[in-house]
Amino acid sequence: MIKIENVTKVYPGSDKAVVQDLNLHIEKGEICVLVGASGCGKTTTMRMINRLIDLTEGRILVADQDIHSVDPIKLRLGIGYVIQETGLFPHYTIEKNIATVPIELKWDKNRIQERVRELMGLVDLDYEQYAKKKPSSLSGGQKQRVGVARALAADPPIMLMDEPFGALDPITRAKLQNEFLDIQARIKKTIVFVTHDIDEAMKMGDKIAVMQDGKVVQYGTPHEILTAPVNKFVENLVGENRILKRLSLITCGEQQVNSPIYNLPGDEETLIERIAQNERLSTHQIVGIAGEEKTPLGYIPLFKYDRGDSTPLLDRIVTPPLTIHQNKTLFDALGVLFNTGERGVFVVDDEGRALSFITMTDLFEAVQ
Amino acid sequence: METKKITINDFILPIIIIALSIGYGYYVLTYPVDTIVSNYLSLPLIFKMVRQHFYLILVSASLAIATSVPLGILLSRPMFKRVRSLIVGIVNVGQTIPSLAVIALFVGILGIGSKTAIFALWMYSLLPILNNTIAGMTGVSPFIIDSAIGMGMTKVRTLFFVELPIALPVIMAGIRTAVVINVATAVIAAYVGAGGLGDFIIAGKNINRWQILLLGAGYASLIALLLDHILGVVERILTQ
Repeated sequence: MIKIENVTKVYPGSDKAVVQDLNLHIEKGEICVLVGASGCGKTTTMRMINRLIDLTEGRILVADQDIHSVDPIKLRLGIGYVIQETGLFPHYTIEKNIATVPIELKWDKNRIQERVRELMGLVDLDYEQYAKKKPSSLSGGQKQRVGVARALAADPPIMLMDEPFGALDPITRAKLQNEFLDIQARIKKTIVFVTHDIDEAMKMGDKIAVMQDGKVVQYGTPHEILTAPVNKFVENLVGENRILKRLSLITCGEQQVNSPIYNLPGDEETLIERIAQNERLSTHQIVGIAGEEKTPLGYIPLFKYDRGDSTPLLDRIVTPPLTIHQNKTLFDALGVLFNTGERGVFVVDDEGRALSFITMTDLFEAVQ
Repeated sequence: METKKITINDFILPIIIIALSIGYGYYVLTYPVDTIVSNYLSLPLIFKMVRQHFYLILVSASLAIATSVPLGILLSRPMFKRVRSLIVGIVNVGQTIPSLAVIALFVGILGIGSKTAIFALWMYSLLPILNNTIAGMTGVSPFIIDSAIGMGMTKVRTLFFVELPIALPVIMAGIRTAVVINVATAVIAAYVGAGGLGDFIIAGKNINRWQILLLGAGYASLIALLLDHILGVVERILTQ
């Protein structure tokens, strides 16, 4: 969708290239995050795509068309643009702010109003409550929602986002990131996302381009960046705790390494058999126990019992059962285990049925 | 919520001002201290002087707006960054020359009459409007302009629909300052025969009649208050 080919940018009056011989192919429907320290050329690269900055050498193709062969105004009207400072027009109402590009495109009034309603619904802002208000009466998070809605107004296939959530507090930022990912899952835009925050990059990116001194040092999926950093710079950027970061790339539902769940009533015999087996192997395994309709009941630490123990199975269950939704990440699961000091947590679906049981040992194995 | 429309409150001050003017005018015409005052003053004369005063102010202010606002916009563009301080400096120097001196100087060139007076008043209104236009335009957040251009607005549309409306309150404040200063300065127009309320002040002082003097001074102050109020209301409506 976006092809950046051998692009170099040198500002007039300077002999140092801000962006040097940069190549980047961004696939349709992907979020490509440009990440790096300030001054690494990530924002310059992004701004060359909608020609806010003209490149010195090389070429950029958007939808197989050289951006220098199209009128810059036309090009920009087809590319959504979100910046950290939101850049909302203080003298316009929220409604008119969102309608900026449709007004430039001369849509008719009804169509614009309909679209604004739709977009405000998409970014979770109540139309009746906010449409006629000025940006100054909104919170930072709400302003950024308006910023995103405004960029999406004319349904552009491409969006450029320059640290869109950078000025928000951590809680609001995480909330907006999640909501944006939900929206993106539905609208499938091609997005160039600039950030200096590697955690944000890991979370938002389908692909990550790590930049340093105007060059892309590594381009790959978050998983690739974490597992195989190409050099010391990338390694430092992802940090010492990159194993922990990998946990946050996998959702509990996707996790393959699980401990078994036994249903009571139903699996009494297999469970007794399992305990006997454990006695022989002397591992420290625990198993999850679910009741009727897969309701999580708790867990049984196998190593505490031997074959001759006559405690009824139901009395051996350690309660209460911990649960976590299947869409949460393994990192969240780890947090749950650490917070409670328990050994295992049930992954549940929307109805609260146990899907799998994850223990500390499973988490270890997941990142090995 | 801010009020957009003109409310009843906006009329209170103008009504008080008009009532005071009518009251004082009626008083001087009905109870003159002596025959000198009664011979000098008449209702048509008062109307004529007020009208001339308004004429001087409105013409000079309009001319000043027409020159300063475009000039200010031009100077606020990045490419004129260097000449900006130079031109503001020149206008500043113009401001420091006493108004009476300017009028005296230009009588030689433009002659006696309202032309000279309007020229002097125009010169005095330039600076506040120019300064405020530049301050207002350069005060628009660069991020707002960046997002406007980045979304695909043309430079001209960004100027008229984004930058100017945002700078408008500051520009309007400059215009208000200029107009209020002008109402007072216009009094000296009487020295070059341009008429206006200054005639009453000079005459009142020369023949030593406080009623005539107060007529000129009082009316000038009331006009200043009235115009400031009206421009304030205009500013409020325009900026919402």
